[in-house]
Amino acid sequence: MDVRLNEEQQLIREAVRELAQQRIAPRAREIDATADFPWDIVELFRSHDLFALPFPPEYGGLSGSALTLNVAIEEVAKACASSALILAVQALGGYPIMIAGSADQKQRLLPDLASGKKLAAYALTEPGAGSDPGAMETRATRQGDDYVITGSKIWITDGGVADTIVVFAKTDTKARSRGVSAFVLENARQLKGLTATEMHGKLGIRGSNTAELQFDEVVVPAANRLGDEGGGFGIAMRVLDRSRPGVGAQALGIAQGALDYAVAYARERRQFGKAIAEFQAIQFMIADMEAQTAAARAMVYHASQLIDAHDPNVTHFAALAKLIASDAAMKVTTDAVQVLGGYGYVNEYPVERMMRDAKITQIYEGTNQIQRLVISRSLLHD
Amino acid sequence: MSTEERYVAFIDEVVRPGAAAMQAGTGARPDELVRAAGDRGLAGLLVPAEYGGADAGHLVFARFIEAVARVCASSAVILDVHLSVGSEPLLLFGSPQQLRRHLPRLASGRWTGAFALTEPGSGSDAAALSTRAERDGAGYRLTGTKAFITNCGAAGVYLVMARTGPGTGGISAFIVEAGSPGLRCGEPLHKMGLAGSWTGELILDGVPVGAENLLGGEGMGFHVAMAALDGGRVGISAQAVGIAQGCIDDILTAAGKGGLVTDGELLAEIHARTVAARLLTAHAARLADLGAPVTRDAAIAKLYATDTCVAAAHAAVELCAPDSARSDHPAAIRFRDSKAAQIYEGTNQIQRMVIARALLVDQLSA
Repeated sequence: MDVRLNEEQQLIREAVRELAQQRIAPRAREIDATADFPWDIVELFRSHDLFALPFPPEYGGLSGSALTLNVAIEEVAKACASSALILAVQALGGYPIMIAGSADQKQRLLPDLASGKKLAAYALTEPGAGSDPGAMETRATRQGDDYVITGSKIWITDGGVADTIVVFAKTDTKARSRGVSAFVLENARQLKGLTATEMHGKLGIRGSNTAELQFDEVVVPAANRLGDEGGGFGIAMRVLDRSRPGVGAQALGIAQGALDYAVAYARERRQFGKAIAEFQAIQFMIADMEAQTAAARAMVYHASQLIDAHDPNVTHFAALAKLIASDAAMKVTTDAVQVLGGYGYVNEYPVERMMRDAKITQIYEGTNQIQRLVISRSLLHD
Repeated sequence: MSTEERYVAFIDEVVRPGAAAMQAGTGARPDELVRAAGDRGLAGLLVPAEYGGADAGHLVFARFIEAVARVCASSAVILDVHLSVGSEPLLLFGSPQQLRRHLPRLASGRWTGAFALTEPGSGSDAAALSTRAERDGAGYRLTGTKAFITNCGAAGVYLVMARTGPGTGGISAFIVEAGSPGLRCGEPLHKMGLAGSWTGELILDGVPVGAENLLGGEGMGFHVAMAALDGGRVGISAQAVGIAQGCIDDILTAAGKGGLVTDGELLAEIHARTVAARLLTAHAARLADLGAPVTRDAAIAKLYATDTCVAAAHAAVELCAPDSARSDHPAAIRFRDSKAAQIYEGTNQIQRMVIARALLVDQLSA
């Protein structure tokens, strides 16, 4: 029982927790080991309507509340960070449409995402434009009622499995961020000129699909442009307000999963004739892990509540939540490996996977160095 | 005026103008500060209206302490001790007669509160205290020495933990009025920080205490003290958040209009942790207001917030250098003030024990 959640959110938390612990946790090790995209988890989310969580009821969704969604992401991430990312990216791909889509675009595109019939992806980053998205080189040229897109995107989560991809491209190649526009690609896997190449060898979230996308004169109808020409960067920034707390929720779940495992282990593992939980050295580590996880939770829930309240300060608090939660996840998982000692270092136990999975949360949706830059700028100049 | 408006005015009119002298140890007496708070209806934030309090709850109490600490950490600890550990145990465990007799004087600020648990030989191991309360007719006589007592010498009433029998269950809580025969306060200690708050020894030499001043029944003292510390830790968390926020203020002031800071990443880090500490403090305060169990969350908030304020003070001294090398620079003052927060109301090692026990040990023995 968490006083920050309403009754519906409590119920959803309990339902997702049960599903994740019973159906996802037993698969997590295999998902990591094989690095195969877990279509069975997609099917599980579909059959239990989890993809509906990011979307409002008028578009076939269940909630649309950031807090509700992030509690669900947290619960799934406790069991398997790769699986949690599938839910988070379905939301990520949907946000630009929810934020900037016309009534017609929303009605046309969102219900299939909310049902999970189609998977979504979000394509912003390029080989030469990571922390600096204004430097992107993919271009969209207007031709009659269409745009023709050419260029490449990299590190696109679910890029190889998604049907609906929101892609950012320059409609004005002379401008930096003001030349960027956003487009929705439908039936992306059958789209002429679009090639997705899966990227292998990731440190963590190994079950997630990560792709490089090549655009060779891909035709997209002008009706699939989101917002105005040149409005893409603004959309991307507003998406970050929502997606950063989502990454925070994933990080929070990873941390809580590792903490839970370390606590259970410390109570079982006996050395010198007693449970290692009775040693102060272990107790103090566990206490610090708990405090950092609690801080992460406070920040993620707070940012989520600000999103739900349409608070104007959400950008700042989204960055703070992402920073605190991802750093907590890295520290807590590293300490969980330490609590388990040698057993923590092998993949018979889940904490080494959690430690590897935690690392990405410090990198994507803006590296933590970018978060600190954004935060210090807003303190010094606002 | 709302409580918030009143405390903003109190800070602007009393705390801020008095801060420099307070921090130099030449400011108002602690009881003068509490009385000034009382004049504005702020000396009984947790006390119900029927006893003259504002009945504002822990969340407002925490915000008030944070706001004071941002300006003057010495003033914050004086008010925190008065409002929480100096008053709250009465609220939680007082008989109707005790509530009627003592709370109006505390809530009006005519009396300053203080809490006397620690002894020279029992700090973290509070249950090992040796001050004894011996039966004397219908009442008791208290003998022993209490150490590191905040508001010592300024308080009108001390909540004193003393031994009526052996063991943890042999500790009882007593309401001891200032001026009682045999009660005296040592000279305030020369502390590294918090110069405006009085901290000293409370010496009891056969102090007579009537049975009507036994709080919560014989043998309930440890329970009273632990309950008091839950609220006290919320207050110290809030003090720490205020100090940390003050450090950010100092850094931004030093950066000036040009916004130049030598290490923006460090500033961002400190700010992020301060926000998290504020949220953890508010969460614990809210649980207290709901009457939910708060021990674990108060310990988490205290640990996180006080570690944060020390880190923030360290950062402020670095980022305000070289001016911060002056002992009267705000960052230097906060650097000295901040350290106490990791120590009092249970050292952070004790907080870790409390948190770990909640997760590990209680379940082990169950």
